[in-house]
Amino acid sequence: MTTPSTAGTTSTTPPAYLIRGASILGFDVQDLLLRDGVIAAVGHAATAEAPADAAIIDAAGLIALPGMVDLHTHLREPGREDAETVETGSRAAALGGFTAVHAMANSSPVADTAGVVEQVYSLGLASGWVEVRPVGAVTVGLGGERLAELGAMAESRAAVRVFSDDGICVSDPVLMRRALEYVKAFDGVIAQHAQEPRLTEGAQMNEGEVSAVLGLTGWPAVAEESIIARDVLLAQHVGSRLHVCHVSTAGSVEIIRWAKARGIDVTAEVTPHHLLLTDELVRSYDPVYKVNPPLRTADDVHALRAALADGTIDVVGTDHAPHPSEHKECEWAQAAMGMTGLETALSVVQYTMVETGLLDWEGFARVTAVAPAAIGRLGHQGRPIAAGEPAHLILVDPAARWTVDPSTMATKGRNSPFRGLELPGRVRATFYGGHPTVLDGRLASPRPASAPTTDEAPAWNM
Amino acid sequence: MKHLLSTQDLSARNALRLLDVAEEMAAVGEREIKKLPALRGRTVVNLFYEDSTRTRISFEAAAKRLSADVINFAVKGSSVSKGESLKDTAQTLEAMSADAVVIRHPASGAPARLAASGWIDAAVVNAGDGTHEHPTQALLDAFTLRRHRARLGGLPSAGSTLAGLKVLIVGDVLHSRVARSNVWLLTTLGAEVLLAGPPTLLPVGIGSWPCTVFYNLDDALAQRPDAVMMLRLQAERMNAAFFPSTREYSRRWGFDDGRLALLDTMGLDDTVIMHPGPMNRGLEISAAAADSPRSTVLAQVRNGVSVRMAALYLLLSGDPRDDDEPDAHDRTDSPPILIPEGRAS
Repeated sequence: MTTPSTAGTTSTTPPAYLIRGASILGFDVQDLLLRDGVIAAVGHAATAEAPADAAIIDAAGLIALPGMVDLHTHLREPGREDAETVETGSRAAALGGFTAVHAMANSSPVADTAGVVEQVYSLGLASGWVEVRPVGAVTVGLGGERLAELGAMAESRAAVRVFSDDGICVSDPVLMRRALEYVKAFDGVIAQHAQEPRLTEGAQMNEGEVSAVLGLTGWPAVAEESIIARDVLLAQHVGSRLHVCHVSTAGSVEIIRWAKARGIDVTAEVTPHHLLLTDELVRSYDPVYKVNPPLRTADDVHALRAALADGTIDVVGTDHAPHPSEHKECEWAQAAMGMTGLETALSVVQYTMVETGLLDWEGFARVTAVAPAAIGRLGHQGRPIAAGEPAHLILVDPAARWTVDPSTMATKGRNSPFRGLELPGRVRATFYGGHPTVLDGRLASPRPASAPTTDEAPAWNM
Repeated sequence: MKHLLSTQDLSARNALRLLDVAEEMAAVGEREIKKLPALRGRTVVNLFYEDSTRTRISFEAAAKRLSADVINFAVKGSSVSKGESLKDTAQTLEAMSADAVVIRHPASGAPARLAASGWIDAAVVNAGDGTHEHPTQALLDAFTLRRHRARLGGLPSAGSTLAGLKVLIVGDVLHSRVARSNVWLLTTLGAEVLLAGPPTLLPVGIGSWPCTVFYNLDDALAQRPDAVMMLRLQAERMNAAFFPSTREYSRRWGFDDGRLALLDTMGLDDTVIMHPGPMNRGLEISAAAADSPRSTVLAQVRNGVSVRMAALYLLLSGDPRDDDEPDAHDRTDSPPILIPEGRAS
């Protein structure tokens, strides 16, 4: 791949990009012409229509995929800028192959008002590396007592559609019912962090054979499964849309499969780390493996992979959760829960799903872009790679192998559980609205605020 | 052995080595001058994040009998988050050239974290971490059992395993670091371990342990154990609905006078009653049981010093017969482990 000569110049007309010989979704090899924020042409037409000054990108051996959409990212701003900022988190996202991320609401102050979600949204626009979609809190201050002003957030400039108290379960069944009902007014979705609070008081890790030996308080699978069972029935009763965050157990998969068979409007998410890692790693007592919900057993990992392959689980969400080092360089019980994930998601999903034959690259695009964009109601993301579509896409080298080194990552978080692991697949380029945020596997430049738009979703336009 | 963190990762060979060295240490304790120069000039830090006078003075006595310099570092306050981080404390001790850190901590895994972190180069001895392990307690229990059996058979204790011995551990296994360390060590040494307690106080996942589990204490006693180890019950467990009342617990799981008499009725004349202390008399153990000739409670305390001397000695002196070292078993002419001045002849 050659770096285009026009990148980084201050030419008045935004450059066009001619991508040569990319395998579209792992299938046909085609040329792509990106111009004015859209895929202007595909195939021979792309070469024919390319202006003379178009930057040429050699994509031989690379796969073109829709830009990934993360439904579950912690950007930490406002409040914990020592852990991450919108700027650093969205740089990490671009490098990881994302063109949109949903910023979770557990910032400080909590994103529970139109003001805070608009602040996060504006920070995203100013950064320009990816589309930053704020998630609104379900309850005021994540307190689980009163509904936040969901309507105001929905109608704000941020046009919030996903609401979540992530980190804390909306455990009160009446409040959960009301939230599910209320968001029907603006086609919203409640993304539930399924964790029965009484069953998980002081919980430190998956409850099972390993916790019994380590003497760490158990987080039983039933604490997740009982909430999911309740919530799918509530969603059915009120006819609303439920999204289950970070599903981690085989039993949860069974309940979601049952609910979908009944026609309940439920979607589900799995994290890359739950597709690969098990609670055996906790034997080291290294808090880099401490996460909520916790790492489970090998049986759970295999059930989650099968569920993602057969569509029971709809999407991969990173639950990217950066923490300052002092929150991990301590005893297990004192350590914060969470792992970084934006810059390793593609590789882990390739490793666990594509290289195992469970998903092809089209399936990869479904779970990392098409389905999450649909859940978040981002009409212009996760689109087909075809003429006239918005140019949110990535070029991936599936043959690359790399060793994870958290110290070189763009995120401020160094808490990657994949540290030292050799993984397949690298993002070579990311195009966000036709603008290359990543080229040659390195950050290029943010999308200028004046870049052309596709006149689709108002919230995405500037 | 660089550290002593758990009994689960202790090989039978290393465990026997520790117990045999402890026998030699016990012999020192019976001399007029109970002191060896083995660790002269070495510094042992007792880093205690939990109050435990018993364990702390046992380690202190052990280190002093080996002529080490002892620094007691009690971290005040129940909330660790209020104070200095473990990392900073460890680096401080490293800067003071501590050779060994004996750590007691309310968080499971804190000693393992200290040993693996690279914050400190010293040998780490786990003196009890959360609800994980308490390896020196298990070693002193094994030592006590071994001596008990040797005395019955008229044989020397050193070199013998616990093969054929049946040990029943009773009570709050879920929260007990003593139980965990004993399960692994006693089975490694060849004993058969039985566990009894209310199902609420036995961990989920116990099915994979090398033990037989009983919910009924009398059913477990019917298996004719050679030793019954009663675990301390923490009264606050009742508030978390692990059992209905202390009286019900005591009736169903306490070693009371009736069960003491039952041992006689069953003809189990050599069965001993063990307790790691401190005891709740009248709760998990009756006063008569605690004070009976079957009780090994004080022998356990005494043996604790010998076992801890052995642990500190082997960790700090470097054991030529250590099976962690690749060429260890090639040496047949290994030097004697102790070269004390004025050794009893």
